[in-house]
Amino acid sequence: MSEVLVDVKGVVLRHGARNVLDHVDLQIGTREIVTLIGPNGAGKSTLVKAILGLERLDQGSIQRRAGLKIGYQPQRFTVNAALPLPVHRLLTLTHRQSRARQIEVLTEVGVEHLIDASVHTLSGGEMQRVLLARALLRDPDLLVLDEPTQNVDVAGTVEIYQIIAALPQKVGCSVLVVSHDLNVVMAATDRVYCLNAHICCSGKPEDVSRSSEYLHMFGPSAAKTLAIYPHAHDHTHGPDGRVAPDHAHHHGHHHG
Amino acid sequence: MDSFILRAIVAGIGVAIVAGPLGCFIIWRRMAYFGDTLSHAALTGIAVGILFGVNATVGILGTGLVVGLLLLALQRQRAVPTDTLLGILSHGALALGLIVVSSMTTVRVDLMGYLFGDILAVTPNDLIWIYGGGAVVLAGLAFIWQPLIALTVHEDIAAAEGIRAPVIRMVFTALIALTVAIAMKIIGVLLVTALLIVPAATARRFAATPEKMAMGAVIVGIVSVVAGLSGSLAWDTPSGPSIVSAAVIAFALVTLAGGFAGTLKRP
Repeated sequence: MSEVLVDVKGVVLRHGARNVLDHVDLQIGTREIVTLIGPNGAGKSTLVKAILGLERLDQGSIQRRAGLKIGYQPQRFTVNAALPLPVHRLLTLTHRQSRARQIEVLTEVGVEHLIDASVHTLSGGEMQRVLLARALLRDPDLLVLDEPTQNVDVAGTVEIYQIIAALPQKVGCSVLVVSHDLNVVMAATDRVYCLNAHICCSGKPEDVSRSSEYLHMFGPSAAKTLAIYPHAHDHTHGPDGRVAPDHAHHHGHHHG
Repeated sequence: MDSFILRAIVAGIGVAIVAGPLGCFIIWRRMAYFGDTLSHAALTGIAVGILFGVNATVGILGTGLVVGLLLLALQRQRAVPTDTLLGILSHGALALGLIVVSSMTTVRVDLMGYLFGDILAVTPNDLIWIYGGGAVVLAGLAFIWQPLIALTVHEDIAAAEGIRAPVIRMVFTALIALTVAIAMKIIGVLLVTALLIVPAATARRFAATPEKMAMGAVIVGIVSVVAGLSGSLAWDTPSGPSIVSAAVIAFALVTLAGGFAGTLKRP
C-alpha cells in the first residue's frame, strides 16, 4: 500500500442503542483490491455508505484523499418501471461520456450489444455488468462494489471477478468489494476485512481464512465454507483425490 | 370566439406545458400523493391570501413551500413513514383551510371555483402568472434535470458521485409548489394532481427516454386541455373536471389500444 485513498479510523455508528459499526478501522491504498466480508446484518453496506460519505458517524473519522473520485455499484438496484431508461442513459447518469467510450467499457464487461436496450429488459447478470461499466466510466480512483455478483451465475461470477482483478493494473484504480462468496474473491484480493459490527480480523486472504475469529463469526457452517477453500489448495498441491469427509476431519483438528 | 374562452384555452395550454415534464417526475419519484398534499394545502393558501389581502396565487405558493419544507424536515426521522406524514399534512391543511374559508363571513369566497377551477375567472393577470411562473418552473427544471434524473434512478449513487441531493430535492419541491399555484385557477384544488400525472402516465407507453416521455406528456396535456375546455363550453360542465375527464379518456384509449396490440402480437 503506497498512498492511502481512504482511511477509516475508530468509526462508531449507532442505530438506536445498537452499534451497527463498532470502532472500525480500515484502509484502502492505491491499486489495491480490498475485500469486505461478513454475515448478513454485519454492517457491510453501512460501512460502504459511510466510506461514500452517505452516513453520519457517531464517533471516529473517515478521511478520503483530496479529490478522490469514486465509482459506486450499489447492492440493490431497481428502476421504477414508469421511468423509460436506455442503458446509455444509465451509463451517463452522473458523468458525461462519448458513445465510443461507452461502447469501449461495455465491451470490457462483455455487454456492448446492450447499449440501446431498455434497462427494464436486462437480466440480473446483465444489469450487474452494466452497473460495473457505469461505475468504471467515471474513471474512478476507487471503485466501490457492493455484492457485484448478486444474481449472477457461477460462470458469470468467475468472469466478473476476473475483470475486477485486472482493474488495478489495467485502469489504475483501487477496488473495495463487498462479498460473501469467499472462494472466488479471495484469490484476487490483496487484503480481506471480516466485519461483524467490529473488524473481527483482517489480513491476507490465506491468513484470514485460518483465523479462529473468522470461524467463530460464520458459525457452525463456517467449517463447511472453509473446507471448500483448503480443498482447492489440496487439489493443486496433491491431486490424489481425497474425499470431503477427510477434509472436514482434518479441518476439525486444525481448529481444535 | 369570446376573449374569455381564448384566455382560458391559452391559460390551459400554458399549464399543460408546465405540468407535463413535472408530472413525469412526480410519477417517476412516486410522489402523486405529495401533489395531492400540496393542492390541499393550497386551500389554506387561498384563505391566508384573503385574510392578508394578497393575491391567491402568492398565498398558495407560500403555503405550498411551507408544507414542502415541513415534509422534507419531517422525513429526517424514520419512525413515521412518508405516506403517513403526507396524510397528516394533507388532511391537516385541508381541514384548516376549510375552517378558515367558512369562518370568513365578511368575504364571499367562490369555494366551488377554487375546488374545481373556473373557466370564467381567468383574468389577463392570471395569464401573466401562468406564463411567467411557468417559464420559471421550466427553466428551473431544465437546470436540475440531469441531477434529478440521477437522484430518481438511485439516491445513493447520485449522492456518492457528487450530486447534492438535499438542494436538488428542495428546488424540485419548490417547483411543484409553484406549478400547483399556477394550475389552480384552471383546474381547481381537488384535481391539480390529475393534470400532473394522467398525461404523463399516458405518454409512458410511447416513450423510450425520459425526455420523450416529458414531451409526450406535454402533447397529451394540451390535447386534454383543448378537448376538455371545448366540452366544458358545449355542455356547460365545470372546466377542471372536464379537462381531467378528457385526460383520463385519452389514457384509457391508449391503454386499451396497447392491450389490443399486445393481444395481436401474442402467438
